[in-house]
Amino acid sequence: MRALGHLSQEQIVFGLAVLLCIGFAIALPGFLTTNNLLNLVRSVSILGMLGVAMGLVVIGRGIDLSLVALMAVSVAWTLQLVANGVPLHQAVAMGLAFSLVTGTITGCLVAYVEIPAIFATLAMGTLIYGFGRYFLLRLDVVYMPEAARHLLWLGQGTIYGVPVPIFVFAGVCLMGYLFLRYTRAGHYLRAVGDNLLAARITGIPARPVIVMQYVLSSLIGFMAGMVTAASVASMNTRVAISTYVYDVILVVVLGGIGLSGGKGGIRNVIVGTLLIGVLLNGMTIMDIQYTVQNVIKGIILLTAIVIDTIVNPRDEQTAQQGDI
Amino acid sequence: MRLITTTLLATAVTLCAGAAFAQGIDDPTREPYYSAFEGKRVAYIPVAMGFDLTEGWAAGLKEALEPLGMTIDIRDPNWSTDAGAQAITSLISEKPDVIVVHNPDVQSYARLLRRAEEAGIYVVQVNMRSSYSTDAFIGADYVGMGQRIGERLVEVCSPANGGSGKVAITQGVLTAAASVYQMQGIQNVLSQHDDIQIVSNQAADWDGTKAKNIAATVIQQHPDLCAITGFWDVMDVGTAAAIKESGKDVYLLTQGGGNQMACDGLANGTYSEVVVYHVPGQARDMATMIKHLIQQGQPAGTTKTTLFTPLDFVTKDNMTPASCWSLPGLN
Repeated sequence: MRALGHLSQEQIVFGLAVLLCIGFAIALPGFLTTNNLLNLVRSVSILGMLGVAMGLVVIGRGIDLSLVALMAVSVAWTLQLVANGVPLHQAVAMGLAFSLVTGTITGCLVAYVEIPAIFATLAMGTLIYGFGRYFLLRLDVVYMPEAARHLLWLGQGTIYGVPVPIFVFAGVCLMGYLFLRYTRAGHYLRAVGDNLLAARITGIPARPVIVMQYVLSSLIGFMAGMVTAASVASMNTRVAISTYVYDVILVVVLGGIGLSGGKGGIRNVIVGTLLIGVLLNGMTIMDIQYTVQNVIKGIILLTAIVIDTIVNPRDEQTAQQGDI
Repeated sequence: MRLITTTLLATAVTLCAGAAFAQGIDDPTREPYYSAFEGKRVAYIPVAMGFDLTEGWAAGLKEALEPLGMTIDIRDPNWSTDAGAQAITSLISEKPDVIVVHNPDVQSYARLLRRAEEAGIYVVQVNMRSSYSTDAFIGADYVGMGQRIGERLVEVCSPANGGSGKVAITQGVLTAAASVYQMQGIQNVLSQHDDIQIVSNQAADWDGTKAKNIAATVIQQHPDLCAITGFWDVMDVGTAAAIKESGKDVYLLTQGGGNQMACDGLANGTYSEVVVYHVPGQARDMATMIKHLIQQGQPAGTTKTTLFTPLDFVTKDNMTPASCWSLPGLN
């Protein structure tokens, strides 16, 4: 075990993903083909994008449980507007504005009213879903109207044989990486997540940085939502009340972004996403029953966390701060 | 003298009768009919409002029953079985005259429905039945539907008819009546046909995104896949997207309440075939059963009636403008 001591959770999870890949490649004919691998990444690219959004918030020592609800309602409203005859670009602008304004409100609740992020976003998620279903939308599932056909490319098109969602996912990852690595706001975000008080003493505008986290997450969420809507030609607002948001948190935590904030980066999200992707794809090929799939998923996730706890024991700081 | 009297009388009678005919005769069944319904309360508990089936039933019930002076009270549990069970529990003490219930699965509401009947409330179940039979069930015969779907799969995909024999099934929620009974029906047929092979049988939780990911992987693994049958057209928009992206010619047989979107989907090639249980027809059947129960006035639970909805197998070729319906006030 000690020899493993220098491994981070990210490396452990990556190792697990590679092991699974090798196992599937040997056991399942047709797993290791270009098309299947592209399909594998495409199927988790939306989860990955949401993972980046959640990851940015978690690095800033927050959490965004309203992410999926906001995505579903703002995108469904956009489609509804187009169906009602609003020009496409205007509808997209209105949907995006709705998303950003709501993100700002959530951010202000956390940063200025000082409600703990987990409660503020939990309440906002319920509020957004209820508001959307009651005032903005009539049906659970909003179909993509004819006038929005151009958007379909975003979810169903290909560039040089590679599905567009993969490019969008890669783009979001790249932007996230550059933001955290090279911009001042990105550095601030990490500093605030690592130690809020210390960051404030050194003169970092802590509250605006916290608001920014939620605005960023609502922006990326809207993009992920547009890709979702385009790939199945409809938006199912029911995802807002499903456990999807926990899958997103899982990807983030599994990849090794600690819930105590300040740690990790975009690479962790990618690794977590890949593990989930490989698992789901392999199990679908094997035609494993859905309920059994959940059991296997749970066991693999627990395994990764247990290995991490053994290899990287809690240190003094996390013991004091706690995870959330 | 006598003759004159008789003539006068006869004339008078004829005149009176003529007057009576001019005024019309009152239908003796009208008064009891209308007074039977006045002020009666119907409570409606779907699995959730906000999609074509449940909105269509609500609209149909309102259209048929509200003009008679009945009230329709909608309790929307929004996909939560707990909330639905609570709604029924509180209704049992509120004592409406009729409860219309759409079961999320075969077990959850069974005991509550029995208690409601014991409390003297008529219980009408729609489309997805509970393991407990109540006064009336209106909905598709899912076992029979599964059998006919199985037969269609054999017709389309059997190697004898030039297909590859490989089919995939995308269910909704595994425990829903629509899924369990239908699988039974499909198995009944396919177990007798060794040339048809089910290469994938997965549940997508009625969600389009999951259905798409499953279909994409299955087509990937079995490029010669002949057909996919999905258990709901709203979910199978995702399956259709996966088929379209793969560029393969896969027969997509889906099913639903026959909302206009299903016919649009057939017309533009999203679906190959849709099994339709006509929602306005089901709403009318429900309203008829409710009127019957209230007029008979027997204690709840005395009789058990099942009305299976006729099924239409609609394709692009046999589709007519009447095959589908639009939700009032939508589009």
